[in-house]
Amino acid sequence: MQAAVIVFPGINRERDMARTLKLVSGREPAMVWHADTALPAGTDLVVVPGGFSYGDYLRCGAIAARAPIMDAVRAHAAKGGLVLGVCNGFQIICEAGLLPGVLMRNQNLKFICRDVYLRVERSDTPFTRGYNAGQVIRVPVAHGEGNYIADGKTIARLEGEGRVLFRYASPDGMIDPDWNHNGAINAIAGILNDEGNVLGMMPHPENHVEPSMGCTDGRGLFAGLVDHLKQAA
Amino acid sequence: MKARVTVTLKSGILDPQGKAIEGALKTLGVKGVASVRQGKVFDIEIKAKDGKAAAAALKAAADKLLANTVIENYDVKLLK
Repeated sequence: MQAAVIVFPGINRERDMARTLKLVSGREPAMVWHADTALPAGTDLVVVPGGFSYGDYLRCGAIAARAPIMDAVRAHAAKGGLVLGVCNGFQIICEAGLLPGVLMRNQNLKFICRDVYLRVERSDTPFTRGYNAGQVIRVPVAHGEGNYIADGKTIARLEGEGRVLFRYASPDGMIDPDWNHNGAINAIAGILNDEGNVLGMMPHPENHVEPSMGCTDGRGLFAGLVDHLKQAA
Repeated sequence: MKARVTVTLKSGILDPQGKAIEGALKTLGVKGVASVRQGKVFDIEIKAKDGKAAAAALKAAADKLLANTVIENYDVKLLK
């Protein structure tokens, strides 16, 4: 798996992401600066990491989404290449038009930094093949704007096409407002594009990949991607 | 030429920030506040050959960046 991690000014999770990609795939990812206009040849996964690109000015992810490199990311996605956006990366790829909807201010207006439980809705995608459908995983969140919203038609389409891959849930997998920390519609934590090759999610699977982190539940996502690309090769 | 672009949330979009401000105004005892919605104002100086060209450029600015039209409306006003 040859991954490329896009680096914007104000991003702060790119090294966590790079470390995890190296750990799970065995290959060092390329770090690609936002002002570049091309991805390294042979890139098969683009990761837009978390942080606070451009200080969250205007709207979270809005300015990063218009950076020069994003045309190359869009072209990569249009060719069927895999794209993963985490946290601010999810906000950025929504603003860039790669995914529908918007991440709004958390319902309780607070920045929330803690572990949450996610129910994996499907296991038949490149991003979730390392899990079983219905499995509950524990991963950290750290965001002030993670409250996913889209118009009713878009939500109906996402749900109808099974494009919600992760939902905030209780530790035993129940969908309950008490466990939906940011108030996202239908407890949506992560969604897939219509072609199935772009995933955006608010939680940070890259921060739960080693026993020393206290949990390895995030590892399945990256291990699944490695498997997927091995089989596709 | 000077212009002002106002960006507001579409109706039906939850505005927790507006709600918090509304609550604070009520706490302050400001009478008669029924609801508050928060938006953004951009004051822009623009060079264009006429008002029509300026309006077109400002519309492009709003569509491409200033507003996220999934959740926001915008209004462009050219100021004399």
